[in-house]
Amino acid sequence: MRVLAALSGGVDSAVAAARAVDAGHDVVGVHMALSRTRDQFRTGSRGCCSIEDAGDARRAADVLGIPYYVWDLSEKFEDTVVADFVSEYEAGRTPNPCVRCNEHIKFATLLDKAVALGFDAVATGHYARIELGDDGTRELHRAADAAKDQSYVLAVMGPERLARSLFPLGDVASKEETRREAAARGLSVSAKPDSYDICFVADGDTQGFLRSRLGSQPGEIVDESGTVLGTHDGAYAYTVGQRRGLSLGRPAPDGKPRYVLSVEPVNNRVVVGSAADLAVDVVLADRAVWFVAPSPEPFECSLQVRAHGAAARARATVLPDGSVSVSVDGALRGVAPGQSAVLYDGSRVLGQATVTAAVRSSVGSAAVGAAR
Amino acid sequence: MIPEATRVLAEQLALTGNPSSLHASGRAARRVVEESREQLAAAVGARPSEVVWTSGGTEADNLAVKGLFWARRTHDLRRRRILVSAVEHHAVLDPAFWMAEHAGAELVLLPVDSDGVLVVDALHEELSAHGDEAALISVMWANNEVGALQPLDEVVALARRFGVPVHADAVQAVGQVPVDFGASGLDALTLTGHKVGGPGGAGALLARRGLELTPVQHGGGQERGVRSGTLDAALVASFATAVSSAVASQESFAARVGALRDALVTGVLQSVPGAVLRGPQSGRLPANAHFTFGGCEGDSLLYLLDSAGVEASTGSACQAGVPRPSHVLLAMGVDELEARGALRFSLGHTSVAADVAALLDVLPGAVDRARAAGLAAVS
Repeated sequence: MRVLAALSGGVDSAVAAARAVDAGHDVVGVHMALSRTRDQFRTGSRGCCSIEDAGDARRAADVLGIPYYVWDLSEKFEDTVVADFVSEYEAGRTPNPCVRCNEHIKFATLLDKAVALGFDAVATGHYARIELGDDGTRELHRAADAAKDQSYVLAVMGPERLARSLFPLGDVASKEETRREAAARGLSVSAKPDSYDICFVADGDTQGFLRSRLGSQPGEIVDESGTVLGTHDGAYAYTVGQRRGLSLGRPAPDGKPRYVLSVEPVNNRVVVGSAADLAVDVVLADRAVWFVAPSPEPFECSLQVRAHGAAARARATVLPDGSVSVSVDGALRGVAPGQSAVLYDGSRVLGQATVTAAVRSSVGSAAVGAAR
Repeated sequence: MIPEATRVLAEQLALTGNPSSLHASGRAARRVVEESREQLAAAVGARPSEVVWTSGGTEADNLAVKGLFWARRTHDLRRRRILVSAVEHHAVLDPAFWMAEHAGAELVLLPVDSDGVLVVDALHEELSAHGDEAALISVMWANNEVGALQPLDEVVALARRFGVPVHADAVQAVGQVPVDFGASGLDALTLTGHKVGGPGGAGALLARRGLELTPVQHGGGQERGVRSGTLDAALVASFATAVSSAVASQESFAARVGALRDALVTGVLQSVPGAVLRGPQSGRLPANAHFTFGGCEGDSLLYLLDSAGVEASTGSACQAGVPRPSHVLLAMGVDELEARGALRFSLGHTSVAADVAALLDVLPGAVDRARAAGLAAVS
């Protein structure tokens, strides 16, 4: 196959490309330039858009002996991922930019261009497995290493994109194994630190980034009864479940810490309450993407709502408008509109949707985090 | 590198000796350096004393722009305008921009026409209005991207009337077209090794006798005190050998490769709808062919051609390797989208008719495919 290996400049994508070469594919390395400002030099473990990363990607391609190109997808990235990130926070929701990047850039713009140029597939360094089902369909599964599993951020791509994707690291036992393999292959990125932060927020200061885009929007912080407890400089900077940075003068009557329960962009308010008030057991989500045609009847599954969170046992129902209602056993905390909800059957991804609301069925319809 | 330049380099590398030292091996190295200076000077119509060795074209361009500016300004504070064509190589443009930002210079970008050729009238107007404020003019001998030969005779004639020194970057021209420093009337001229089959890391600035240049690199006072630094006898000998050889074969090279290039241009224009030749029809470097293919990303074409065994070039990229629309094409009035589909084909000593045929065989399909892939970043 002709395979385009996306090279970020990190160790995972380099080893993934190496494995694609070993598998006998005709591999070409492409580094995506995503940052519009070119001054994002890496500091610490941050950034996927720096000059250093482009150089590391090129070195990896050199070591592997494969052609290397840089594709400038920065305009598309700004127009989709970054703009979505800002407008979602502005609307009081909590976006996951990695999910949107996979949806709009890696498995859309990059993949489409690759296919148009004659490539058969795109290989990335994501940790996830692709398995062939009994009926020959390609299934997306969790990686062998649960700690590194990235099926959560990949689920948004849907089955057609999956058919043109390769994840050569899906069966790696651990990140350490990837690093050892990189070292053994002579890839100089073998000891490069992992990147955890949002790549376009170079200094890791998300609130500062949002402030620079959205400006100061002072408003009130209130409790669930509407009593004003303090002020804020922009409701967009708060996320459901957040505890730190509330700077409330008055302690809570019960002396316990307070958390953000919801963000209300319309009246620019942040609502806070106790940890107990954060608990929800029904998650509503729309913009669903399915790998398996969902049953019209409620079905058992497990639900994951954040990249590094555990999955909860759940029962999902597809509503007539195509949105999904998921009831979990027990309770979830800090589920915010905008987050990605991924449904699994064991290790297999069934589908993905975007959270619109999370509610407590036990207290009726008290909506938590409903921000519209 | 050409075999002769490689041989000279290897031979000289085996010898020790600092050409600035007075002992026997130093004197031997000195002799190699001076003979190379004479050889280079003879090849390009200069006097040996006019040759200032540098580490390459970029250093020579920096020395010319900065050295001329500072030297002129020392005598006349009003002379702070640096006049450069808008299609100069970055080795001239960037020092000029830097001087404007950091050294009190005023940058004047001289326009080019749609073929990439300097608009001499614009220079005339500029000098008529601000001639007594001009510190220097820098206009390249031939443009590296679109191959346009520049009207240096007219530039020099105008500059003389206003008493302004002229520098030309001739990195692309040597070995391709006749270059005679003395006959050109230029005050300074840049040469480099790697473009003529010589070693990288070796170049020279030819500086007319009596031309004042403020040093950019200070130290041991080598090269008339203008460019300090220990010389590498092996590098300069190999460099001079390569220049000499390129100049000797220039005429036959230009005739043979020029004919191949013409066939390439005709073939491309016939076989690829929407292909536009950039740069002048005549009056261009014989080995250069440059096109834009509207609706393509240059790097998509590059990939498709490369995988079909044809090597071309898109132009410049930023530090991170992101292809950038060429400042040369933009200065010629080409719009940004069209400029993204730019591709340059350079022919060389080893090029033959079969290479042109192979290109024409794969190019139409590659352009179709690249157009289908579209301009992903703007879609």
